[in-house]
Amino acid sequence: MPVTVRLFARLREIAGSDELTRGLVGGATVADIWDGLTADWPGLAPYAGSLSCAVNAQYARMTTAVQDGDEVAFLPPVSGG
Amino acid sequence: MLLPFAITADPLDLAGVLALAQQQHATQALEHDLEGPGAVVLFVGAVRGRHQGQHVRALTYQAYEPLAVASFARIATEAARRLPGVIVCLHHRIGTLEVGETSIVIVTVAAHRAEAYAASRFAIERVKQISPVWKREHLVDGASWVEGASIDPDDPAPLEDAWRRACP
Repeated sequence: MPVTVRLFARLREIAGSDELTRGLVGGATVADIWDGLTADWPGLAPYAGSLSCAVNAQYARMTTAVQDGDEVAFLPPVSGG
Repeated sequence: MLLPFAITADPLDLAGVLALAQQQHATQALEHDLEGPGAVVLFVGAVRGRHQGQHVRALTYQAYEPLAVASFARIATEAARRLPGVIVCLHHRIGTLEVGETSIVIVTVAAHRAEAYAASRFAIERVKQISPVWKREHLVDGASWVEGASIDPDDPAPLEDAWRRACP
């Protein structure tokens, strides 16, 4: 099963999609998924330094391992309230 | 039924959230034989018509709903760790809001006012640090996403900063 990728705010605009599916190789991390996205959409790359992420709707780190069927969300800097 | 933490596209139910928080504190006080709700603080965030000198026509809010709701629960737990017994209920609206409309409601309840006020300020500061919610500003000459804090819920520095603002 592939991984579901969720994008928000400006990231969603850059990629032109709120949800993507990506194939997975063994031992992949959130960072590997991100690297694949920035290869397809170089406009995402500037977010590397300010980005946060979540796996299955829990706060995660770029080093967090990703399993088949996971939902990986990339979160640009927030502005709620 | 109203939940203590929510993301919703509907107009926020201020009175409902207020009653829920008050009732939660009263129930908790009964269970643990503690002082009941003596202080209730209602914080309402609304869409401002100007931002940094620019005329704002509307704001569009977007959220990663499940994590945003979980972040609200986390903020309530963080508040109660520092202010034992304090209850925090938090609802955030998403979608496009006109100037003057309510975007967020935070109700804090404690036995005494100092804790209720501190928890209220802490909660809104913390939402702006760790909750996955974004606003898009619609200005006269275009629209853009506002980007504030990078989320790092385990970083103690922003947590302490939120408490510093809450308890000066």
